[in-house]
Amino acid sequence: MLKALINQLADPIISFPIATLAFWWMIKYYRFFGSKKFGMWALIVSIPVVAWFFADPNFYLIIKTPDNVPIGILLILVCFFTWFSLHKAAVNDERIEQGLVPIEALPENREKVWSWPNLVYTELFAIIACTAFLVIWAIIFKAPLEEPANPTWAPNPAKAPWYFLGLQEMLVYFDPWMAGVVLPGLVVAGLIAIPYIDTNPKGNGYFTFMERKWAIISFLYGWLVLWVYLIIVGVFFRGPNWTFYGPFEYWDLHKVVAEYNINLSEFIWIKGLGIGMPKNLILREIFGILLTFAYVGIIPVWVAKATKIGRKFYEDMGSIRYYIFMFLFITMMSLPIKMVLRWLFSLKYIVALPEWELNL
Amino acid sequence: MSDSKNSLNRREFFSYLTVGWVMFSAALAGLGSLAFRFSYPNVNFDPEMEFLAGTPGDYAAGVDERYKNAFGVWMVKAEGRLVALSNICTHLGCIPTWLPSELKFKCPCHGSGYYMSGVNFEGPAPRPLERYRISLQPDGKIKVDKTKVFRAEKGEWDNPDAFLTV
Repeated sequence: MLKALINQLADPIISFPIATLAFWWMIKYYRFFGSKKFGMWALIVSIPVVAWFFADPNFYLIIKTPDNVPIGILLILVCFFTWFSLHKAAVNDERIEQGLVPIEALPENREKVWSWPNLVYTELFAIIACTAFLVIWAIIFKAPLEEPANPTWAPNPAKAPWYFLGLQEMLVYFDPWMAGVVLPGLVVAGLIAIPYIDTNPKGNGYFTFMERKWAIISFLYGWLVLWVYLIIVGVFFRGPNWTFYGPFEYWDLHKVVAEYNINLSEFIWIKGLGIGMPKNLILREIFGILLTFAYVGIIPVWVAKATKIGRKFYEDMGSIRYYIFMFLFITMMSLPIKMVLRWLFSLKYIVALPEWELNL
Repeated sequence: MSDSKNSLNRREFFSYLTVGWVMFSAALAGLGSLAFRFSYPNVNFDPEMEFLAGTPGDYAAGVDERYKNAFGVWMVKAEGRLVALSNICTHLGCIPTWLPSELKFKCPCHGSGYYMSGVNFEGPAPRPLERYRISLQPDGKIKVDKTKVFRAEKGEWDNPDAFLTV
């Protein structure tokens, strides 16, 4: 009964809005979620819940796979460090409101020590501990050796390594060029560009949320919801034929899901206007092309002119930084937008030009 | 030239140097060619690009999987046409599975789905599966040539080389 409900809620159509809402609540009430009391209770509640998950045979089949052990470690670490940083930020923000300095700026925390031996010894022990951990892991969990590669056969489901499952999930919604080359490239380029775009010195060397609201929100949304959540979806909710399965659902090879997808051009020309698709490629995709240009070109300008927060960003950053930031940000947001459009309207591609190997 | 016994004169030095240099270059070239050869596989498991696929009478209507594992080709007979369908997903090149009960090809990597004809209808695949050149030999055998592909979005499926009328 409860398991059936969780299976239904796990469907990304529902669980993605839940994840986004949960993220928003976490940010909005970060002082509550970052309190020690909440951390204790979350830990106490989560232990029996996790045990109950493990007791389910279908869920246990997924989680016990040697490949998926890192997922468990990742989830525990992500939960802990998110809570930890919120906790530190909440404490400091309260001190700053009272006119005190952050904890990291107290005299006893500003004491300077030599990097040799203090830092180097710590690093040495970290290296030894990591190596020992990896050796023991390699002994306990054997790498699965399968039959020789066969170019005319693929395992079902064919899953990427766990850390790439977020990317594989992106590929379901985008053209290979976009999801495999352009978007990951922009993720890397964007992460490299952060120190050049965001030159605000606030928060250097101490935890704070109030002084770095937008930076923290946009980074954590991209990390927690668009990366970690998608990895969870890829690991636990994708089964044979890359169909959705709830975490407690049996991976039935013959589960039938209707997923008929159509392109925006078919929506407009055939369903909307009731005339056939034009022969000319550009004319056929003109609506999608215009929409894409509007999304990439007009929204940043409009935000800078018409909204309060946009004007403030534009003034603080200058035009070049602002437009680079907005380009990266709306590219990131194109992922959830495209996912929601697929789920709500079965929209395949906004611009579909397979003749030119170009689909957006 | 009093101490010519234990030292080389100019001519001798250059002749030794030439011989040594030639041998060094030859050894280097031999090593290089061995290394170059090493970069190619000893055994090639890739399917053959051309094969004979029986006679038209061998096929019942529907999807025939007997050449899929050896050559990566589905023989599909429908609407009076026999075609050789590629088994490479047009999204990212995985190998879809034929699901006889749902009458569709379904890719295990990202969930692209194709009708029996090879036309994509679900998932991210941007275009239909490719078809290979298929022809009837004078002895009545079918020859499939994978070096020539026909793509639906370019309007090539009606090319007379892309199907056999059965």
